[in-house]
Amino acid sequence: MRLFRFFHRKQSDAELQNEFETFLTEETADNQARGMSPDEALRQARIKLGNPQKVRESLWLQNSPLLLTHAGRDLKYALRTLSRTPGFSNIAIAVMALCIGAATSLFTIVRSVLLRPLPFQDPDHLVMLYEHHRGAQSSTGDFVYNPVAAADFYDWRSKPQGFEDMAIMRYTGYNLTGERGEMPESVHVVAGSWNLFQLLGVQPALGRAFTESEDRPGSSVVMLTWSAFERRFAGDAKIVGRQVHLDGRPYTVVGVLPSWFAYPDATIQLWTPYRADALPGMLQHHDWHQSQAVARLRPDVSLANAVARLGAIQYQLHLQYPHDPVNEDVAPRSLNEDLAGNVKKPLNLMLYAVGCMLLIGCLNVSNLLVARGAARQREVAIRSALGAQRATLIREQLTESVLICAGGGLGGILLSMLGTQLLAHAWRDLPTAQSIHIDGAVIVFACALMFLATLLVGLLPALSTTGKTMTKALQTSARTGASSTSRTALRKSLLTVEIAITVVLLLAAGLLLKGFLQLRSADVGCDTKNLLTMQYSLPDKKYDTPEKVNAFNEALLERVRDLPGIRAAALGSTLPGAGYWGDFVFTVKEHPPLKADEGRPEAVVRWADPGYFSALGIPLVSGRFFTNDERGARSYKVMISHQLARQYFSGDIPIGKHLHVPAHFHPGTPNNVDYEIVGVVGDTLYQVGQEPKATMYFPILEGGGESQTLAVRTESEPLQLSVPVQKQIAALDPQLPVSDVLTMNQVIGKSLVNASLSTTLVLAFAILSLLLASVGLYGVLSYLTTQRTSELGIRMALGAQRDQLLQLMLFDGLRPALFGLGLGLVMSLAATRIFQSMFFGTKPIDPVVLSSVIATLLVVAILACLAPAWRASRLDPVKALRTE
Amino acid sequence: MPKKNQPDSEMLKGTMDMMILRTLVGGDAHGHTIAKVIERTSEDVLEVEQGSLYPALHRLEDRKWVSSHWGTSENNRKAKFYRLTAEGRKQLVRETSRWRQMTRAIGLVIGEEGGAR
Repeated sequence: MRLFRFFHRKQSDAELQNEFETFLTEETADNQARGMSPDEALRQARIKLGNPQKVRESLWLQNSPLLLTHAGRDLKYALRTLSRTPGFSNIAIAVMALCIGAATSLFTIVRSVLLRPLPFQDPDHLVMLYEHHRGAQSSTGDFVYNPVAAADFYDWRSKPQGFEDMAIMRYTGYNLTGERGEMPESVHVVAGSWNLFQLLGVQPALGRAFTESEDRPGSSVVMLTWSAFERRFAGDAKIVGRQVHLDGRPYTVVGVLPSWFAYPDATIQLWTPYRADALPGMLQHHDWHQSQAVARLRPDVSLANAVARLGAIQYQLHLQYPHDPVNEDVAPRSLNEDLAGNVKKPLNLMLYAVGCMLLIGCLNVSNLLVARGAARQREVAIRSALGAQRATLIREQLTESVLICAGGGLGGILLSMLGTQLLAHAWRDLPTAQSIHIDGAVIVFACALMFLATLLVGLLPALSTTGKTMTKALQTSARTGASSTSRTALRKSLLTVEIAITVVLLLAAGLLLKGFLQLRSADVGCDTKNLLTMQYSLPDKKYDTPEKVNAFNEALLERVRDLPGIRAAALGSTLPGAGYWGDFVFTVKEHPPLKADEGRPEAVVRWADPGYFSALGIPLVSGRFFTNDERGARSYKVMISHQLARQYFSGDIPIGKHLHVPAHFHPGTPNNVDYEIVGVVGDTLYQVGQEPKATMYFPILEGGGESQTLAVRTESEPLQLSVPVQKQIAALDPQLPVSDVLTMNQVIGKSLVNASLSTTLVLAFAILSLLLASVGLYGVLSYLTTQRTSELGIRMALGAQRDQLLQLMLFDGLRPALFGLGLGLVMSLAATRIFQSMFFGTKPIDPVVLSSVIATLLVVAILACLAPAWRASRLDPVKALRTE
Repeated sequence: MPKKNQPDSEMLKGTMDMMILRTLVGGDAHGHTIAKVIERTSEDVLEVEQGSLYPALHRLEDRKWVSSHWGTSENNRKAKFYRLTAEGRKQLVRETSRWRQMTRAIGLVIGEEGGAR
């Protein structure tokens, strides 16, 4: 109703005017009837009517909802004042857009990675289960969450505990081909127990999930993920029930998973039943830690209770197998955290950084508004002298900041729509990259951010401009000579805080950069120059004996070594810097037997051919390499890393000693076989940024793993030789796919991509903040200069030298910068502990970083102050004195 | 606009509405007639200010107590005539009874106080 009236104000005004007309005619007629002259009659009628304008106004007001009209007027007013200073408005809006955009983008990613529940049925009751070694500390680099042994899992599941059900899965891989071996492709596969999908509450999009009877060794059924179904099988639903070939064996497709299902990650193409290709030892032995377990909690049992009950079962197993590495305990982990484990820390770090940037942006815009307020001091003074209420004036100024922040927020949302996708694609490790998009919650977040920013940006300057008593305001604005010290002080303190936060951000970015540079220059333990690597995996149907595998490997090595431009070629299971990939426990035969409570020695396990170490440039510390004779017939030799020698043979000569490794790790070897140590080689890192770990090498030519990495040392640019080398593989077996053709530097770079991205981003935020801070510094000093023009003129007239004035103004501008620097350093010291937990391998107080941050800030501050100070010193005293 | 904390104008506004409604009981009328009737019947004690008459008429129309239509006045002018609605009639009853209560109460108070002195 009110709105109806509001929109019909014009019409009702017109009616009113008509009514006035009627009144005048009637009244004039009445007056004439009383005997007045026509002129007098009209005059009297007019007098009786009074001021029609006033009546119209009061009706107009009566018809307008007060709040709305006021808001509309404020808005109009703010729009006009903002468009009168387009430079200021555009800068302020751009700053806000940048800050809000960055914050929104990051929040989008954080939300979809860390906060959003997985799209499974009742995800709160789902939990990942890991084996846990009591006494393992994550801070010392121990693994808190150890993979589960299948044998342990089946014991857990068969005994009463607090979980409704539990499922197990393990990563594996196959060569996927068509029926005649065409289109070979090596694919990532997860083998999951039959109840996994049921446990997660996932219905296949087509066909069905595995049945319990299909989850057995030798089973040949497979499920496709949606991406494989769309990509390789053109989305043809008839594929269900047909066959595909995995490692040359036919498998029947029973179902297709829905398109949203990208668990545990998006690279998975196929699923097989857990036991289908499990080696017999894998299901029997409690020390074969290779799988991950996911469980659904019973609604009536608490997580702590359920885990404690499961831990008791595991402890029984630990006691039952005292000589095997069976963990004593179980550790739960939420699904989200399990997927986001690696990215949580950098994400949080970036969220802090972007928060700082947002704060700096707000302070900056606030500072600009204070400056504007100063310029409009006289206007405000006059208006309040005319009776404007303080609340009205504050409301008007707040409307301006609302407009700036709304514009900035809109721009920010647009920016983050672009930025989020770019960021999500650049970040390789994000577990749910494909599900990241702007949605309602994010828009709400952006609006909340906008609101907060508005308050922060607008309130301070609004209060400061209107805070004075009227006379004081009129006084200070009457003469420009006396600059209002309180406002300048406010601007300077805003600036100090801004610079302090910038210092913290710069320090963080500097530490991050230094840590990253350290990582990049880290020595992985081999010569990474001119080294080409590629992987292949020999299917065990065609290469069913170690002899066949060997024959292929040796033939390949021979062919590759004959190629021109190649210095050396070698085979290994896993390259340095390419990941952990598993360890063996061992005992030293010559050492006294371990006590029951003593931890078992364990070492990363690798397979290598005799030429591996010299081809990769891993130095021999003592003893010798494998020889070419140590193959075929089992020779039971082993090489160890320097770290293993240091750790387990301190003061002892390892060469000639024997390592004992559980027999089932090497299928086909007799029990109680010991491996003789023939050589000690230099340490390599399994992952950049991690400490070197004890490593042992077995001869690959004894037919070790089925997956091989070919490393080729070339004379020049290695990637140019990739095609000739791949042709040699194709010449030996045209159906064998090759994967991960990379240079050694790329292999290492792959593990650094995320560190590199987060470093770059935080650095970008820091530089942006520095830019904002310097703009703020420049703005404050320029403003001060114009405000002190006449004062400077007087000083000059009294004989002040130009360089004295330059000095004066420079120090005036640098003071807040120096305060800010000091405050920032103190704040960083206070934040040392946060820094410590965030940065890899750098001390929180690093002299190089510290001094370069201080130097950068000082240089930027001086540059920002120099221009206005220079201008001040070049003033023409006559003109300066005249400004008023 | 008069401020709300002035009881006089608040009271007057209420009585003005009541008087307009009462005037319209006699039949449809336009603004001038209403003012004239109020003045005449009050024996020219009350002078109706146009500044409050017309906003009051529009307010009453908003509240659906009166309806309006355009017609021709006695002097053959186009005029906006107001008519009492059923709702307006009820409102008039409410207001007159409230008014009577009020004047009686005030009278009693004044009479008693006067008696006590």
